[in-house]
Amino acid sequence: MKVLVPVKRVLDYNVKPRVKADGTGVDLANVKMSMNPFDEIAVEEAIRLKEKGVVTEIIAVSIGEQKAQETLRTALAMGADRAILVVTEDRVEPLGVAKLLKAIVDEEQPQLIILGKQAIDDDNNQTGQMLAGLLGWGQGTFASKVEVSGDTMTVTREIDGGLEVDSYKLPAIVTTDLRLNEPRYASLPNIMKAKSKPMAQKTAADYGVDVAPRVKTLKVVEPGKRQAGVKVADVDELVTKLHAMGIAK
Amino acid sequence: MKTLVWVEHDGSTVKDATLAAVTAASKLGEVHLLVAGKGIDGVAQAAAKIAGVDKVHVADDDAFAHALAENVAPLIVELMGHHDAFVAPSTTSAKNIAPRVAALLDVMQISDILSVESEDTFTRPIYAGNAIATVQTSDAKKVITVRTTAFEKAAAEGGSGTIEAVSSTGDKGLSTFQSQEIAKSARPELASAKIIVSGGRALQNGENFRSIIEPLADKLGAGVGASRAAVDAGYVPNDYQVGQTGKIVAPEVYVAVGISGAIQHLAGMKDSKVIIAINKDEDAPIFQVADLGLVGDLFKVVPELTEKL
Repeated sequence: MKVLVPVKRVLDYNVKPRVKADGTGVDLANVKMSMNPFDEIAVEEAIRLKEKGVVTEIIAVSIGEQKAQETLRTALAMGADRAILVVTEDRVEPLGVAKLLKAIVDEEQPQLIILGKQAIDDDNNQTGQMLAGLLGWGQGTFASKVEVSGDTMTVTREIDGGLEVDSYKLPAIVTTDLRLNEPRYASLPNIMKAKSKPMAQKTAADYGVDVAPRVKTLKVVEPGKRQAGVKVADVDELVTKLHAMGIAK
Repeated sequence: MKTLVWVEHDGSTVKDATLAAVTAASKLGEVHLLVAGKGIDGVAQAAAKIAGVDKVHVADDDAFAHALAENVAPLIVELMGHHDAFVAPSTTSAKNIAPRVAALLDVMQISDILSVESEDTFTRPIYAGNAIATVQTSDAKKVITVRTTAFEKAAAEGGSGTIEAVSSTGDKGLSTFQSQEIAKSARPELASAKIIVSGGRALQNGENFRSIIEPLADKLGAGVGASRAAVDAGYVPNDYQVGQTGKIVAPEVYVAVGISGAIQHLAGMKDSKVIIAINKDEDAPIFQVADLGLVGDLFKVVPELTEKL
């Protein structure tokens, strides 16, 4: 079967975000960008399914500026077969992304779509669920284990308080949680090979999808700073302070 | 504005997260609740008593027994015919369902709000809580999830909502519940604990976690949490994880033991009232947010602290 893996280019998770002084957003000029960590896990899972013989072709998709090509090349170097870049200079919200992905799904007819559970920039945790809703497919969200057998998929999901196992009729959607797998690094030969793998370039207009944002960001500010605390010298002083604060009797 | 609030429950009791969502919803207008599940009379009765609730819609059907998004979302979409907003706490079940509802209604969801500024304007954290965005939606109907630690809990008693049964939208046949494995703990739940003691990678193994972190937690009557590193290393189960990708907590007191204080961990606990850090590295970033810090070897310091408390 064919699997579609949407990936997003985001501020690298090790970089501390800086809020712009004019309150319009987070400064992304000259900072390291990488593939969203949850999407790396999604790519890895698709590759593992291919290695098991369940999947025949992996298509990586990204929506964003030209530079998102780099993110797609990373997916190709990990093991994706080909890529589609939907170029847009505008911010596209999860609903718009889901609609674009639906149009690609209509064209490509994958049986499985694996997305990250959330992007670490907007922290929305919406796209996979929205896409499943638009397609009328089942959604195995927050997956820590995925098994495909025939036309059924069984997913172990991380829920509050523990784990839940659900099964889904294919085609279906998976969104990845951290513990699904340990993504591989792309080897140098594979990075070289990825340069010659096909990457189609499209625009939102090609799909006839309206991606105009519904939500306007009025301002972005830094969170309130905590007041600097004190360091205590030893356990006795800590105990005394805790008593004084009424934390321990 | 009429809001419909998702009631988070375990089949017998209303979860506290619901109460925070009710507070957020009450800032928008009339509060209606949705209790979906199987054999949920008790939950519906309890939900009707929540202060400020006007009506409780009860959908009792096998199809809703495990809150599968594929079955519950169409039910909510139908109820949204006569509601203006859907409000849910940021629990895993609601995070699973709400975006599906939003897509079916063709609206953008506003995730994890911290405050209601007006009927269409909200604040929410982005970049792991390193920035707070004020956002305004132009959608006629609103789908919102609520960061439960950012809102006071509505009183669980004192309300007198009317209970109304709604007809089932049925099983869509896309998904089937198989099994559930809930970690059992006698300690307070992380999301509602007043005190939390968390351990990190420095504990070295699960045995140390149990012999060092848990006695201190028990002494303080605290819930037990962990950093992602401790969870990934297998010291404790996944649902202990506090952070951007785990649970977001804001207890009265958060004790971080052997946790360096990476961005993703701070995102889950930096709104705690008092933060106490114990770490042998005096330059660990956790000390920049800690109200009280003790530089020392946790294997020596924590047992001593437990004993002296």
